[in-house]
Amino acid sequence: MTVLLANTVLDLGVLDRRAVNSALQTAEQGSFRMLNPGGGHALACGLRTPVEVTIDGHVGYYCGGMNEHATVTVQGTAGTGVAENMMSGEVRVRGDASQSAGASGHGGLLVIEGDAAARCGVSMKGIDIVVGGSVGHMSAFMAQAGRMVVLGDAGADLGDSIYEARLYIRGAVASLGADCVEKPVGDTHLAELADLLARAGLHADPAEFRRYGSARQLYHFNVDNVGAY
Amino acid sequence: MTEPVRTIPRHSATFDEHTLSEIRRAAATGVYDIRGGGAKRRVPCFDDLVFLGASISRYPLEGYREACGTDVVLGDRYASKPLHLKIPITVAGMSFGSLSAQAKEALGRGASAMGTSTTTGDGGMTDEERRHSATLVYQVLPSRYGLNPVDLRRADAIEVVVGQGAKPGGGGMLMGQKINARVAAMRTLPEGIDQRSACRHPDWTGPDDLEIKLQELREITAWEKPIFVKVGAARPYFDTALAVKAGADVVVVDGMQGGTAATQHVFIEHVGIPTLAAVREAARALEELGMRGKVQLIVSGGIRSGADVAKALALGADAVSIGTAALVAIGDNDPVWEAEYNALGTTAGAYDDWHEGRDPAGITTQDPVLAARLDPVMAGRRLRNYLSVLTMEVQTLARANGKSHVRNLEPEDLAALTVEAAAMAGVPLAGTSWVPGR
Repeated sequence: MTVLLANTVLDLGVLDRRAVNSALQTAEQGSFRMLNPGGGHALACGLRTPVEVTIDGHVGYYCGGMNEHATVTVQGTAGTGVAENMMSGEVRVRGDASQSAGASGHGGLLVIEGDAAARCGVSMKGIDIVVGGSVGHMSAFMAQAGRMVVLGDAGADLGDSIYEARLYIRGAVASLGADCVEKPVGDTHLAELADLLARAGLHADPAEFRRYGSARQLYHFNVDNVGAY
Repeated sequence: MTEPVRTIPRHSATFDEHTLSEIRRAAATGVYDIRGGGAKRRVPCFDDLVFLGASISRYPLEGYREACGTDVVLGDRYASKPLHLKIPITVAGMSFGSLSAQAKEALGRGASAMGTSTTTGDGGMTDEERRHSATLVYQVLPSRYGLNPVDLRRADAIEVVVGQGAKPGGGGMLMGQKINARVAAMRTLPEGIDQRSACRHPDWTGPDDLEIKLQELREITAWEKPIFVKVGAARPYFDTALAVKAGADVVVVDGMQGGTAATQHVFIEHVGIPTLAAVREAARALEELGMRGKVQLIVSGGIRSGADVAKALALGADAVSIGTAALVAIGDNDPVWEAEYNALGTTAGAYDDWHEGRDPAGITTQDPVLAARLDPVMAGRRLRNYLSVLTMEVQTLARANGKSHVRNLEPEDLAALTVEAAAMAGVPLAGTSWVPGR
């Protein structure tokens, strides 16, 4: 592997995407500053070591996709599928994120300091997602595992067909999706909420959140539930 | 007193015995019928075509004396490490979960012995599967069960599954009986629940998004791996063109006879088009885009014999994929288990309740006792034998048509036995020069 030292600049105005991603994917350690992202797609994806990457500007689709161990910070907005299928590490978006943020993520922490659009956390499988603003409709659709914390509001059909993920929403929920119900907040939930907020660097009182999860009524097919399918 | 003379009782062709039993089953349960496999009713198929063979206008090659090549390269459009297969017959995606670990191992052993590939399924890659498959295609499905970058990089190719022939537009299904602890862990699901996975990918919709998705997968794998895009045969001309536009190296088109581990019977029999009808349309898309030879076409769905393989190649496929036939080769629906099939209310050859996990042959099950019945070494040898026969049959037909490589088979080598097949395959009705619609 190539070992690059601290604060290496990778300028997309000079280098192409393959060269930039390759440098990040083969580095064992170090911090990097990516310049002129220009809304480009698939930037800083497939990273697998604890490098730190700061992207100066907006990114397109799938930034930080399938991330392992790396810390990626977007100093702007992110397009569809930021940190999709992330395994570990951290991806942070200073601005807003488009749809399917953190889709099918297996682990790690995704922080969106602004708003996230529709289907945030769709099919999530263990990732933790903290959103400073609000999330769009069908967020946490078929969410299997992990935690989602939303400091603002949630759009319609939150947690539709949810499995075992835990959702914490501070603001209003437009509506709950099939098999998603409100659940009591206990001490363990307050503790994990406080921990997630602290790791995300976002400030809110855990006591202001409500918890949502699966009613587990769709786990086995029942003809009497057919209207929910 | 004499009995009145009556006609003998007559059953309805519309309400036949199977239809009546399904009405009674639906009335008794209130649930649609779920089963495995592909379309069971008769649809136009490769049997409706014949090869013309050589005569005065073309001379044949000598069997056993003149070589007839069978190798194929898949994925050299963008990938730096395309697949080099010895035969144009691959093993289709079937998941660990729907199949036992022994069955997956057998598929890997048999395919590897013949120099061809196997494919993972909706549930991720197991270490055993990777170990026993010399060439392994890793599926990226809407559910994303078990998807991870480590397996993505240790795969030999990637297949983005948009749909499959048994259920174009449908998602995966695995009933709770088969979600044991290991399967549940791989899919991040509670053990024993019914799993109905999504029919759309969570982070892309449409061909423009797909193009970006493929770029991401290439970036993560350093542009080494061929990327297949698999579609169920629905609108093969447009779907093939859009997959090419999105940047696929290989397009896989799966006809309605293609099997599934489990889905609704009504979906299997009534959605999608036959494999025969899909091949020429997919090939036409490649030809019109000038992509023949640059993007490979794999056709699947009801491939059973070397004749099917040869006809698919002649109509424009670069390779075929087999699923159901491979399972039969390793022991699925074998009459040796007839008594146990009878106990399940069925018979060998008709058993399709693969979702229930009670397969007497130990193939479509996670029951450790049943699964132990399948010897993966012996079963792998049977698959190798079967693939070998298919290959020799294709060579026989290719030589008969004067071809020194199976890839040189062409539509002009074929005639159709029915008007429907002539129209679908775009070849003349036998004994005429008439191609319907032209």
